[in-house]
Amino acid sequence: MSGLKIIVLAKQVPDTRNVGKDAMKADGTVNRAALPAIFNPEDLNALEQALRLKERYPGTTVTILTMGPGRAAEIIREAMYRGADGGILITDRKFAGSDTLATSYALSLAVRKLSPFDIVIAGRQAIDGDTAQVGPQVAEKLGVPQVTYAEEIISVNKKQITIERRLERGVETVSAPLPLVVTVHSSAPECRSRHAKYTIKYKHARSLGELQESSEDYLQLQKDRPYLLIKEWSVADINADLDQLGLSGSPTKVKKIENVVFTGRDSRILSDSDNDIEGLMKEMIENHTIG
Amino acid sequence: MANFYIDNKDLKFHLDHPGMKKIVQLKERDFAEKSSCDYAFLDFEDAMDSYDKILEIVGDICGNIIAPNAESVDAEGPELLNNRVKYARGTAENHEALTRAGLIGMSLPRKYGGLNFPMVPYVMAAEIVSRADAGFANIWGLQDCAETLHEFGSEDIKNEFLPRFNKGATAAMDLTEPDAGSDLQAVQLKASRNKDGIWLLNGVKRFITNGDADISLVLARSEEGTTDGRGLSLFVYDRKDDGLTIRRIENKLGIKGSPTCELVFRNAPAKLVGDRKFGLIKYVMSLMNSARLGVAAQSVGISEAAYREALKYAEERTQFGRPIIYFPAVFEMLRKMQVKIHAQRSLLYETARFVDIYKNYNAISEERKLETEERSEQKKYQRLSDVFTPMLKLIASEYSNEIAYDALQIHGGAGFMKDFPIERIYRDARITSIYEGTSQLQVVAAIRGVTSGAYLNIIRESYEKENYEPEMDYLKSVLTGMTDEYEKTVNKVVAEDNNEYVDFHARRLVEMAANIIMGYLLLKDVRRDESYIKPAAIFIGYGKSQNLERAAYIMDFDAREFGSFKFNPES
Repeated sequence: MSGLKIIVLAKQVPDTRNVGKDAMKADGTVNRAALPAIFNPEDLNALEQALRLKERYPGTTVTILTMGPGRAAEIIREAMYRGADGGILITDRKFAGSDTLATSYALSLAVRKLSPFDIVIAGRQAIDGDTAQVGPQVAEKLGVPQVTYAEEIISVNKKQITIERRLERGVETVSAPLPLVVTVHSSAPECRSRHAKYTIKYKHARSLGELQESSEDYLQLQKDRPYLLIKEWSVADINADLDQLGLSGSPTKVKKIENVVFTGRDSRILSDSDNDIEGLMKEMIENHTIG
Repeated sequence: MANFYIDNKDLKFHLDHPGMKKIVQLKERDFAEKSSCDYAFLDFEDAMDSYDKILEIVGDICGNIIAPNAESVDAEGPELLNNRVKYARGTAENHEALTRAGLIGMSLPRKYGGLNFPMVPYVMAAEIVSRADAGFANIWGLQDCAETLHEFGSEDIKNEFLPRFNKGATAAMDLTEPDAGSDLQAVQLKASRNKDGIWLLNGVKRFITNGDADISLVLARSEEGTTDGRGLSLFVYDRKDDGLTIRRIENKLGIKGSPTCELVFRNAPAKLVGDRKFGLIKYVMSLMNSARLGVAAQSVGISEAAYREALKYAEERTQFGRPIIYFPAVFEMLRKMQVKIHAQRSLLYETARFVDIYKNYNAISEERKLETEERSEQKKYQRLSDVFTPMLKLIASEYSNEIAYDALQIHGGAGFMKDFPIERIYRDARITSIYEGTSQLQVVAAIRGVTSGAYLNIIRESYEKENYEPEMDYLKSVLTGMTDEYEKTVNKVVAEDNNEYVDFHARRLVEMAANIIMGYLLLKDVRRDESYIKPAAIFIGYGKSQNLERAAYIMDFDAREFGSFKFNPES
């Protein structure tokens, strides 16, 4: 089979795994300054799946797509050190305050701009919000199938992809047509380490924003080596409707943030009977998960 | 997310030595490759930043893959299946991770897929890998063989074999035989040419680390009827060819993950490396020097691992109502371990820098004629490497054993159990003073640095003449005192005009010189970072007392009593 065109959605997140005393501000929001910014762990699992396909199917390209402030260019470099071909940083002040709906809107427009594509691969969820919504919403907006909780992409041919999914009580193997969106679970293989040569080669990669703060030497280097430029796309570049972005495009309102200790189980098995679904809906409305 | 490079600031300190400027300049030939290769360095700063970043990758893989695998690798070990060595699961995973990260063949030129790393960062990577798993460090470290092929092989051999290293090919150096260990001149494995002019190997090799490697360098007797080192040549054997039987894997005390094999060659085709008859006297000598530097790096890595285990245990273990680290008997041991690590590490990277400079000049001399000044530098650093390498191998390997011993002792009874990593580290350390030349053989090589005055010369003409801060005056005066005492002691031994008598005291004399040299190296480190003053002072005090003891023994020794030490006296 000829090469695939893969887009990996990745997010730079505060490292909430080693939370110290100053991780929260007095108003209950995350103190990003106190937490190191890292590559969202499950997005690294997603990247590994993409890189494995790149090894398996010559001619495959892997492009990282991330939305965030200028410093998020760092995770595009990080992906390039591990074998990604390049990346695009969606950055614009107008994106600030976007919830999962607005984010998936922006990402889906960027994916459209990169179309045609074969596979969008993303981590299941990000460790700062833990919503697991962005991947499925992007699929919905693109109008393509989605396979969530992927643990291993078993095979791909021209029309169809076969994926093993990690479920609570076992694994499930599914097939789906291309193009599609896949979200990857943390039980998938860990991402490979950086490659020595890619690290030396791409450590000079800079986004336009970063270049403005770089020396003359750097500007010359970028001219000589165009592959070192990390593209930046603004609202205008992806033709986004301002009303669907940022705070105005984000129906999610944070009421309060509190420390909780999980006591329940991660998931529950429900049947597809009307009774079960109605019960769940009522429960979620009551505890304000929705509505 | 452990990182064995980032969590040890001493490594970056040694990497950032001012001597690197010259080394990088030479190694990169004024950065000539930057326009033709997208991962060549742009300038000195870019090179140093790249070494730093690559070592960070090494540290990551070591901290998160190799070290966590070490215990299971030790328990499982390799096995022999259908004439092939199957690595332990963890060993295979380690090798795969390093290969995928492009970390095999690091020192090779870029045109062969390498990273063109100088010795200093390469040796540092070896130290880091050894801290994670000393046994695995052998498998990784045998990429040294690539360096020998690169240095002495023909263009055809280089093009055939070198690009395979970066893709993950493993290597072995097949020197030892049942009757040729320390005395390699006795090697008997036979190389003869068939009617088509192809060299065929026949014979047995023993104690061969990674004997089932993809690419093996084999020392063999190519000159029929000879009995000494001048009849030996070096060959390269490709495992894809037939003719090799792995007879067994040895069952060892330590470094159990590293397969040590007995090999039988039967009409195994091989290619000659370099010229006939130079196998032992030139190529293997060079290979052994690299390997000794490698074992020294391994020893420092083992010491670091042992020290960290001991420190952790001493902080956690409570007896008599407080952590044992508060007791003088324990904290003195820990402090001594720590300063010995500082000292051996400074000696390691000083030696690596010497090797870097002369090897670079050697390589440049293949491309163009060296200027007079360059030639004299080449000779100077070659000589320094020749006397520093055996001293380093001796000191580092003996220290790693002492440190592992003390580290286990700090664990008390728990250290004797299989429950803590220290028992493995203790077993792994034991080989370092044996292979690639025993400590006793290192002394035979290093004593030349004593009798020729080479050590005294660098101490007096270089280290002593450096400018030190006034606060270091006292420590410097201790070192100059030790130097005078050393000179007097050497003179007394040499005055007997008896080589055997010199050999008898040789280890004492080499260790005296080493204590002075390491003392000065630590003092030089203080100039770059004041926080090293404490280890320098402790080490120099310790070295002074050791030298006093050795000097007292030698000065009081009545040479006429020398005979009473001998077994089967010859006269």
